Amino acid sequence: MSQNQIKNMTLNFGPQHPAAHGVLRMVLEMDGEIIERADPHIGLLHRGTEKLIENKTYQQSTPYFDRLDYVAPQNQEHAFVLAAEKLLGIEVPQRAQYIRVLYCEIGRILNHILNIASYAMDVGAMTPMLWSFEDREHLMEFCERASGARMHMNYFRIGGVTADLPDGLTDDILAWTETFPEMIDKIETLLTENRIFKQRTVDIAVVTAEQAYDWGFTGPNLRASGVAWDLRKSQPYDAYDKMDFDVPVGKFGDCYDRYVVRMLEMRESLKIMRQAIEQMPEGPVRCADRKVSPPPRAEMKTSMEALIHHFKLMTEGVHVPAGETYTAVEAPKGEFAVYLVSDGTNKPYRCKIRAPGFAHLQAMDMMCEGHMLADAVAVIGSIDIVFGEIDR
Amino acid sequence: MNTALNEMKEAITDALGDSVLDADCSGGELSIVVKREDIPRVLTYLRDDVNCQFKILVDLCGVDYPEREQRFEVVYHMLSLVHNCRVRVKTRTAGESVPSVVSVFSTALWFERECWDMFGVPFSDNPDLRRILTDYGFEGHPLRKDFPLTGFVEVRYDDEKKRVVYEPVKLTQDFRTFDFLSPWEGQPPLLPGDEKADDVEGEGA
Repeated sequence: MSQNQIKNMTLNFGPQHPAAHGVLRMVLEMDGEIIERADPHIGLLHRGTEKLIENKTYQQSTPYFDRLDYVAPQNQEHAFVLAAEKLLGIEVPQRAQYIRVLYCEIGRILNHILNIASYAMDVGAMTPMLWSFEDREHLMEFCERASGARMHMNYFRIGGVTADLPDGLTDDILAWTETFPEMIDKIETLLTENRIFKQRTVDIAVVTAEQAYDWGFTGPNLRASGVAWDLRKSQPYDAYDKMDFDVPVGKFGDCYDRYVVRMLEMRESLKIMRQAIEQMPEGPVRCADRKVSPPPRAEMKTSMEALIHHFKLMTEGVHVPAGETYTAVEAPKGEFAVYLVSDGTNKPYRCKIRAPGFAHLQAMDMMCEGHMLADAVAVIGSIDIVFGEIDR
Repeated sequence: MNTALNEMKEAITDALGDSVLDADCSGGELSIVVKREDIPRVLTYLRDDVNCQFKILVDLCGVDYPEREQRFEVVYHMLSLVHNCRVRVKTRTAGESVPSVVSVFSTALWFERECWDMFGVPFSDNPDLRRILTDYGFEGHPLRKDFPLTGFVEVRYDDEKKRVVYEPVKLTQDFRTFDFLSPWEGQPPLLPGDEKADDVEGEGA
C-alpha cells in the first residue's frame, strides 16, 4: 500500500481578520489543524512615528504618543514627558503628579476593559463587549472633561498637565469607582468560571517564567507567569510611591492566567484612583519654570517678559540639554519606554519607542507551536496587542 | 542608589576587561560601550553573572550619527529584576555587521530585524534578517539621518491597472524645515564673518 505524502499547508491569517486586533497578517504553517510555525508579518500600520518625532519639537511630539497604543493613550504620553523632564531636570508639582497617576490608571482600565471584552468575543462570548463598553464610554467622558478629547487626550505636558481638572470632576470619578466593581463582578460571573471560556483558555500557550524572560515579556503577561514585577512598585515614578496597592500574580502563565491578572489589576487600579483623588493636594499643575511651561494668559496681558516666553515656547519650543535617557513606565500592556537622545536643540535627536506588544507578538511562534488553529485567536487575545504601538 | 550603580560599573568593567571601551553612570543610568565583536560575550555575561542577572533584554535599537567615523550606534537595554537595575550597552559600527545575540535572547530577533530595516545595520548569524516594519519590496533605510522625511515613493490606487501603484513623491510645496534655533542661546557667540578675524591677523603678521 503506498502512503500518500502529506504536505504542510500554509495558511494566511489576516490582514483583515476580526480577531487579529488590527492589521496583522500571520503566515501559519499547518499540519492538519496543528500550528507548526507562526510567522507574523507586521508593519501594515507603520507611520514612521520615530522619524516624525525627530522633525518636531518636544511639545509637538506628545500627540504622536496618543496614537501609538490608542487604547490607553495617557500612559504613552507619560513615558515621553517623564523622559524629557528627566533630561531637563525639572520637578513636577505634586498636584500634577497625582492627576497624571489618576489618568494613567483610567488609561489602564480603558485598556483592560477593551482587551478582556474583545478577548472574550474572540473566544465566543459576546456579552462582555456589549456591557463593558458603557463604562469605557464613562471613562472617555472623564478624559473629555479634563482635556477636551475623548481618546487622544494630549493632556500631559513637560512639567505637568495642560490645565487643572474642572470643578466636580474628581467627585464624579470617585462616584464611578464605586459603581464599576459591580460591572467587574458581572463580567466575572460571565467569564471566570464559564466552562466554555475555560476550555478555550486554560493550559493554552503556557509560558514559564524563564521563557517570559527570554522573550522579553513585561507587564501583565510577565506577571501571569508568576513574576511579581511591576514598575509602579519597583521603580516608582510620579506619585506611585505614595499609593498602596497590590500586584496580582498568576501561577501557570496560560491564557486564563493572563485574563485573571488583568481582571484583578482593574480592581487595584480603582484603589489607586480613589487614593489619588483623596490625597490630591491643591496647587499648581505645571512647573513654574518659564523656560519650560508657558505663562498664564492673564500674566501675558501685563508682562512683556511673559509674552516673550510664550512666543519663544510656542515657536521654538523647549531646549532640552544634551544627554540620553531610557525612561520606562508600566503601561497597561507592559513596559512602555522611550529612549530619548537629545543634542541640546529643540528637537529630539532620536526617540526610540519601546513598545511592549512588539516583544509579546514576537513570541507568537513559541506560544502557538503545537496548538490548534482556533487557539491562535485565544493567544492573540490574551497577550493584548494593539498595532498602533507595534508598528509605530 | 548611585553607589550601588558605581559598584556594578566597577564589577562589570573589571570582569569584562578589554571588551569595555567606556563606562559611565552619570544621570543615574549605567551605560557601557563595548567592542562590536564582543557583544554576545558581554550580553551573556550580563545575563548569567550572579551580581548582574540582567535577564531581560528590553530593547535594542540603532542611532545614526552621520558625522562620526563609525556612524551607527547599536544600543541594548537590559533589565535585572533581582537587582532592580538597568544597563545600557552600546557598540559602534560604520556599517559592518554586528554579531547577533539571538542565541542569547530569543527576543533579539525582531529587534535586530527592525534595526536592519530602519538603519541598514546588518547582524551576522541572525537566522531571519528580513525587513519588518516597512513595505514588502521597500528600498532604503528610513531612520538614517540622510533619508528624507517625505520618503521617495508614494502609493495610490490605479483604477486602470486595478491595483496599487508606486510613484515618485510629488510635493506641491517643497518640504520646509524651519530653523527655530535662536542665535542668543545655545550657540557659540560668533557672528558671521568672525572667522575672518584670525585670517587678517595671519596676513598682518
